[in-house]
Amino acid sequence: MLSQKQAPIYEALEEFRRMRIVPFDVPGHKRGRGNPELAELLGEKCVGMDVNSMKPLDNLCHPVSVIRDAEELAAEAFGASHAFLMVGGTTSAVQSMILSVAKRGDKIILPRNVHRSVMGAMVLCGAVPVYVNPECDERLGIALGMRPEAVEKAILENPDAKAVLVNNPTYYGICSDLRKMVRLAHSHGMLCLADEAHGTHFYFGEGFPVAAMAAGADMAAVSMHKSGGSLTQSSFLLIGPAIQEGHVRQIINLTQTTSGSYLLLSSLDISRRNLALRGKEAFAQVIQLAEYARSEINAIGDYYAYGRELINGGSIFDFDVTKLSVNTLDVGLAGIEVYDLLRDEYDIQIEFGDFGNILAYLSIGDRPREVERLVSALSEVRRRFGSPGRELLRQEYIEPEVAVSPQEAFYAEKESLPLEKTAGRVCCEFLMCYPPGIPILAPGERITKSILASVEYAREKGCLMTGPEDARIQRLNVLKGEG
Amino acid sequence: MEFWFSERHTPHVKMSIRVDRQLYSGKSEFQRIDVFESPEFGRFLTLDGYMMLTEKDEFVYHEMMTHVPLAVHPHVRDVLVIGAGDGGVIRELARYPEIERMDMVEIDPLVVEVCREYLPQTACCLDDSRLRIHYEDGLKFVRTCQDCYDLIIVDSTDPFGPGEGLFTLEFYGNCFKALREDGMMINQHESPFYAEDALACQRAHKRIVESFPISRVYQAHIPTYPSGHWLFGFASKKYHPWKDLNVEVWKKRNLACRYYTPALHRGAFCLPAYVEELLKNVE
Repeated sequence: MLSQKQAPIYEALEEFRRMRIVPFDVPGHKRGRGNPELAELLGEKCVGMDVNSMKPLDNLCHPVSVIRDAEELAAEAFGASHAFLMVGGTTSAVQSMILSVAKRGDKIILPRNVHRSVMGAMVLCGAVPVYVNPECDERLGIALGMRPEAVEKAILENPDAKAVLVNNPTYYGICSDLRKMVRLAHSHGMLCLADEAHGTHFYFGEGFPVAAMAAGADMAAVSMHKSGGSLTQSSFLLIGPAIQEGHVRQIINLTQTTSGSYLLLSSLDISRRNLALRGKEAFAQVIQLAEYARSEINAIGDYYAYGRELINGGSIFDFDVTKLSVNTLDVGLAGIEVYDLLRDEYDIQIEFGDFGNILAYLSIGDRPREVERLVSALSEVRRRFGSPGRELLRQEYIEPEVAVSPQEAFYAEKESLPLEKTAGRVCCEFLMCYPPGIPILAPGERITKSILASVEYAREKGCLMTGPEDARIQRLNVLKGEG
Repeated sequence: MEFWFSERHTPHVKMSIRVDRQLYSGKSEFQRIDVFESPEFGRFLTLDGYMMLTEKDEFVYHEMMTHVPLAVHPHVRDVLVIGAGDGGVIRELARYPEIERMDMVEIDPLVVEVCREYLPQTACCLDDSRLRIHYEDGLKFVRTCQDCYDLIIVDSTDPFGPGEGLFTLEFYGNCFKALREDGMMINQHESPFYAEDALACQRAHKRIVESFPISRVYQAHIPTYPSGHWLFGFASKKYHPWKDLNVEVWKKRNLACRYYTPALHRGAFCLPAYVEELLKNVE
C-alpha cells in the first residue's frame, strides 16, 4: 500500500547508490568521473544520480514500477485519475494535453492570453483556435479571465469544437469561473482543459481558487517547478476519469525524450511528497508573506499591489493571492523599467515586467527578510526614479484576426518583410515578450498598425522580444502573395 | 583539557581562542547564540559561530563607531542604531548628554536578553532613559523614516545571514532618506584583507558612494576579527570626516577613551595603498 510519505523514485535512487553498480551504460560521464569540472560544479551526489533508465529505476516511456508508483501517488495527491511525470517543462505537458484531444482542423475554444506552448501545439497538430476575448482591465492594462457568457457564446457558435482551454490562473493570478467552464463544456460534449502552469499550489493550500481536478476539468498541465518547488523543467500532466491514460501516454511518447532525467523525476517525487505532507502550512506562510508585502507596497504610495478586491464575479472570478502583481504606472515608470531597475540597481530579480506591471513570484522558499528587501527597493525606486505624470502606455487587448490556422500559416509559402511594412499581412511566426511568453502575434494572425505600435513601445522600454526567425526582430515572415 | 573555540576566517585560515567554559548556548528564530569565557579575551559572544565581540577588544570597535561621528557632527540629538544588541554602541553614545533620543533596532530579542545576562560590560546602558529598543528588521524600520535622525550607526553582522539586508543599496538609500539634511551614517565595513571580505567591502562601498555625497572609509585594529584589520564607513550629507573635525570641542568633553583620540581620528582615514585602490576601483 503506497502512502504520501513515500517517494518511490527517490528511494530507488538511494538504494541504487548503495548497490555501487558499475556503469557500462549511458550517461558517459560515468557518475561524473569523465567530467570533473561538471562534478565540481554540481557536486558528486548530483552527478552520481544522473543515471539512465534501468530495471530497478523503471522507464519513463513505459512505467511499471517505481515511476508508476510515483505517478499514482501524484495522482492521489492532486485528486486526478492519473498523473504523468513530465521532463520537458510544462510546455510539454500543455502540448501533450492539446495533442491528446485535437487533430488537424479541430477547434479549441480559448482565451487569447495563453502561453506560446498552446499555440505551438496547434502548429504541430493543425488545430484551429477560437478566441474568447479575455477582457482587459483598463487601469492595470492586463488581460483578465473569460466570462462564462462569452465562452457559452463561443460554444454555441462552434458546436463542433473539441475543447475549452482555461488559464487557471493567468500569470497575474486572475482566475475564470472554472467550475462553470467545465459545466458548459461538458454539457455541450466538449472537454475542459486547464493550463495550471501558475496554479500548482491550488491543490495543496487553503483559501486558494479551485484547482482544475477539483473543478472536474478533464486535463491539467501543472508546473510543479514553479510554485511546487521541483527542479526547473519538471512538470505534471493530470487527467480526469473521461480521458484514457494509454492514449495520453502514446501522445507524450511522440515527443518526450526516452532518456528522462532522474534528477527531474526525483525532484517531482520529493516535491509531491513535501506538498502532500506539508503543503498546507507552507502555503499558509506564502499567503501571509504575500499579503504583508502587498500592504507594505501599497503603503509606499503610487504603487498598486492588487489583490482580491479586483474580484468582479465574471472576468475576475477569483484571484490567487500568492501572486504579487504590482501596477507601477502612477510611479511614472513602466513595469519593465522597474523590473530592470530592481535587477541592475538592487540585485533583485523578479519574474517579469510588462507595460504597466511587475510580478514578483513568491513561493515556499521565500523568507521575510527578502521580502523586506523587495519592498525597500521599490520604495527607493520610487524615490530615486519615479516621475509621476509621465506619459506611459497601457497594454490594450487587441482583438486578433485569425486569417488562417496556425499550422497553415507556419508551413505556408512565406516572405520576409521589414517589420514596419508588415501591417495588413498575415503573420507566419510567433512574436512575444519573454517573459511572460504570451504571443503578441501568433502564426495565422493578421498584423495591424496598433500591434506594430505596441511592439515598438515594448522594444523601446527594454522588453526582451523573441519568436521570429530574424533574431534581431527587424523582419517578420508573412504569407506570400497575400495582401 | 583542551577546549577551544575556532572560527574559519577563510576556508584555509582558522583562529582559535582557548575557552574556560561555555556560559550560554541557545537558538533564536534567527541564529545560534553562544557566550564563552576565555582566559585571554574574557567573555565573548558569537552568532552562528562568528565572533561578535570579546570583552578584551570590544572597546576598539565601539569607540570607533561612535566618537568619530560625534567629534564631527556639531549637534547630534537623534540617533538611530541598527543592530548592536550587545549594547556596546549605546554605552558609548550614552556618554553624550546632548543626545536626546536613541532608537535601537535589533532583529533578535534573544541577543539583547543574553547580553544583558552575560555581558554587562557592553549591555550596561541598555536601560538609559533616552533609549527605545525596537525588535524588528532594520531595513523595514528605516524604510518608514524621513528626515528624523542626525546620525545612523549600522552595527551589523556580516553580509550573509540575517544581516545581509543591511549591506544593500535599498538600505543605504533608505538611511539617506531617514537622515536630516546634515545627517551622517556610520557602518561596520568588513575587512579589506581576505579576498571574500574584500569583495563584501567593495560592494558596500560602491553602494554607499552611490547613496551619499560624502563617503569615506576609516580603519581600526581589532584583533579578534578576520585579519585584525577592520574598516568603517563614514557617509555624510554635509560634514567632512576630518575637515569638520572639531578637536577643541571634543577635548573639552573630557571623555576618557582607550582607543579613540582626535589625532588618531585623522590618521584612521589614511588607508594603506592597497585599500585605497580597492575602494577607488568601485568609486
